[in-house]
Amino acid sequence: MDNLIILIATLFICYMTGTIVEKRHYKKIKTRELILYKSPCISYGKSFLKDTKIKHSFLVSSSVVIGCDRFKSFLANLRNIFGGNVSSYESVLDRGRREAILRIREEAAEKNANAVINLKLETTMLGSSQDPQVCVTAYGTAVCYA
Amino acid sequence: MILTNIETVPGKKIVGHYGLVSGSTVRAKHAGKDIAAGFKNFFGGEIKGYTELMDESRREATQRMIELAKRMGANAIVNVRYATSAITAGAAEVYAYGTAVKVDSIQPKKQVENG
Repeated sequence: MDNLIILIATLFICYMTGTIVEKRHYKKIKTRELILYKSPCISYGKSFLKDTKIKHSFLVSSSVVIGCDRFKSFLANLRNIFGGNVSSYESVLDRGRREAILRIREEAAEKNANAVINLKLETTMLGSSQDPQVCVTAYGTAVCYA
Repeated sequence: MILTNIETVPGKKIVGHYGLVSGSTVRAKHAGKDIAAGFKNFFGGEIKGYTELMDESRREATQRMIELAKRMGANAIVNVRYATSAITAGAAEVYAYGTAVKVDSIQPKKQVENG
């Protein structure tokens, strides 16, 4: 009985902290995306080069590691039994990707580039299945218009 | 050294190919950071220690690739790709690869028109 109470208490604490962290992160992501709306970030390269003159270019890359809280992995374990959308992990992956893309766009903007082209994203799972961590790497070519 | 992940270097012309260059590293953080990461994993949120680790290993792999290209006499690497794999908990491999090339700045188009 005691064990059950401890489990529920930890899950509740993890749920609270996880939700607060996630909300804060989404708020930050949204404001940063609004600031950067002028510098586009696109996933193709060749046809972009045809109609734009470019002065110089360089590689930008960044990675983000985001951990799932215990409550999320608990939910995912439950979901594994019944099958279906594991929506608790979807938001973690979404946050990781958006954060990684934002970071390379910010790096490009800092170095006075106008756009990031040929964006590539890569996701790796670090950690164990008990506490999974998502590692997202984003990289692309930052270009300055002539 | 110019790095791009598209097939050309914008504004420059490729004059020579040197073939594939690559670099890889496996890196791990000390145990203290692992414990801190464990805490973060409990409550959710970004794990800064591991983000740093991945950034460092990416830089290291890129540096090794660049050194190889320099030894070949190239001055740019095109079509750079990164691949990441988790070896164990707390250690990750980053592999960077690309094609080493020699680039020259394009002659201004005016000269061609005049000629």
